[in-house]
Amino acid sequence: MTNGADRRPVHVTADVVSAKRIGAFTHLTLRASGISERFRPGTFVALSHGADRSLLARRALWIHRVRTASAYGPCLDVVVDPVGTTTRWLAGLAVGASLELTGPLGRPFALPQEPVPCLLVGEGVDAAALFPLAERLRERGCPVHLLLGAEREDRLLSALEARRTVRAVTVMTADGSVGLRGSVADRVAESVRSSSAAVVYAAGSHATLRAAASAAVEQGAWSQVLVTPSMPCGTGLCHGCAVPVIAEHGAARTVRGCTEGPVFRGDRVRWDAMEVR
Amino acid sequence: MRSLGLSGPVLVAAGCGGTGAELARFGDLADLGGFVTRTLTLDPRFDHVNRISESPSGLVVEMGLPNPGVDAFCASELPLLVAAEVPVVVSLAAATLGEYAALARRIATAPGVRAVELCLGAADTGAPDQFAAREPFHAASVVAAVRRELPADVAVLAKVRLDLPRVVEASRTVVEAGADAVVVAHPLAALGERHSSGALCGPAAGPLARRALQEIRAQLPDVPTIACGGVGTPADVQDRLAAGAVAVQVGSANLHDPTTCFRLAAALRDRPVSDPTTGDDR
Repeated sequence: MTNGADRRPVHVTADVVSAKRIGAFTHLTLRASGISERFRPGTFVALSHGADRSLLARRALWIHRVRTASAYGPCLDVVVDPVGTTTRWLAGLAVGASLELTGPLGRPFALPQEPVPCLLVGEGVDAAALFPLAERLRERGCPVHLLLGAEREDRLLSALEARRTVRAVTVMTADGSVGLRGSVADRVAESVRSSSAAVVYAAGSHATLRAAASAAVEQGAWSQVLVTPSMPCGTGLCHGCAVPVIAEHGAARTVRGCTEGPVFRGDRVRWDAMEVR
Repeated sequence: MRSLGLSGPVLVAAGCGGTGAELARFGDLADLGGFVTRTLTLDPRFDHVNRISESPSGLVVEMGLPNPGVDAFCASELPLLVAAEVPVVVSLAAATLGEYAALARRIATAPGVRAVELCLGAADTGAPDQFAAREPFHAASVVAAVRRELPADVAVLAKVRLDLPRVVEASRTVVEAGADAVVVAHPLAALGERHSSGALCGPAAGPLARRALQEIRAQLPDVPTIACGGVGTPADVQDRLAAGAVAVQVGSANLHDPTTCFRLAAALRDRPVSDPTTGDDR
């Protein structure tokens, strides 16, 4: 808890106030009383399929943007990648639909005390979590460099708004349709050097997180990575989202991605022991 | 008959309430009839994981029994639960009868534990290194080993295997060995995605657990039973209590919505458990 504020997650009924298809993703704006106010970058929301009650597990969604004041009151934006039954249902929701939402969950990104240069490395839909972080870092006076990538243009989150917030943006696609050709995992080491980053924040595939963590270690920077195992409950109850880490005292431990994470110090994750989905 | 030490009819099932602290963010634990801990072992199981996959109206849970070991639990998790004023039921699993006895000795001196629950299906459902209570007499020997180490005011709940042809015999045998109630039942062994061998939990398992409860109540009407499996709505709770259970355990419904156990407890607050074995003074 910071500033005595109540950061406990809440379980609320949210309304869809806007649904926009952008590329392969659907951007939903949700009016979720209590969640927007408690949000810190890196925390997430969990939800279930609202129509098919036979699906019991939860899905985690990353928060792309938070507005504490709008025409609809406090709102949050999530980015939905329609790859499974629940995410396809979500992507098809119309304005006015309601759904049950739990959040904000998990530990947020740790922020630097000093206004040091930061590199944000994001890939695909997971990169959504970095946008509110970029704003928070700018408020603290940190020069922010953004390295943003995806397989294709339609899976690339727009860096347009971020350009106002960050000092430099590098965009990459695997097929070269936009920006540089290649993957952010291959580029991250160079970006850490060129940005003189003191902290590297990463969200994306296992390869990207791992590359960001090791590039940070090589350059003497800190890293904060957003690890995204599937989270059956998202609330810390089921112990079903194991992340292998090195604990404070140096011992190997397996902890819950939803509760002890989803943000981890990159140098504390035991990458070789991680089950890759 | 020994009091079960519960304060209401709605409990959190083993492994579905985190350490308690996570669930306490969504409601007051004191409103629950009891909190069953995740299953504890004598030694820590830091590198064991639960693997959970969805099946229609169910979850297949490979129960790796990840836990910090009974000593770390008593040092760092139990005090929070006791302070929250929720009756604490400690779920236990072990590889041998000797380990079960050692676990019970440790719990016997831990302040605030109302009951232990013996996880007699662990070996079938993801933790093959644990004691396999395949026959009713195996289950009874576990109960006897634990019972003799515990003080009189700590109840023993036996969570029996959901093996319909044997479940009545198993229940009778564990009660003869000293169990104070039977938890009906440990979920059935199942195969999940990626061939992870686990247990089928959730609404899909509800009818199986109801049938087992009915058989036990019909043939052993004096044995206190706690229903577990597919309880997610007030109607489910009423159904299990009407069938003769003294209490219910809410499991996977909590994973789907962490407020479930609190909502069910609130819905049932005006309908106290009728059975005197819960220790209710009314």
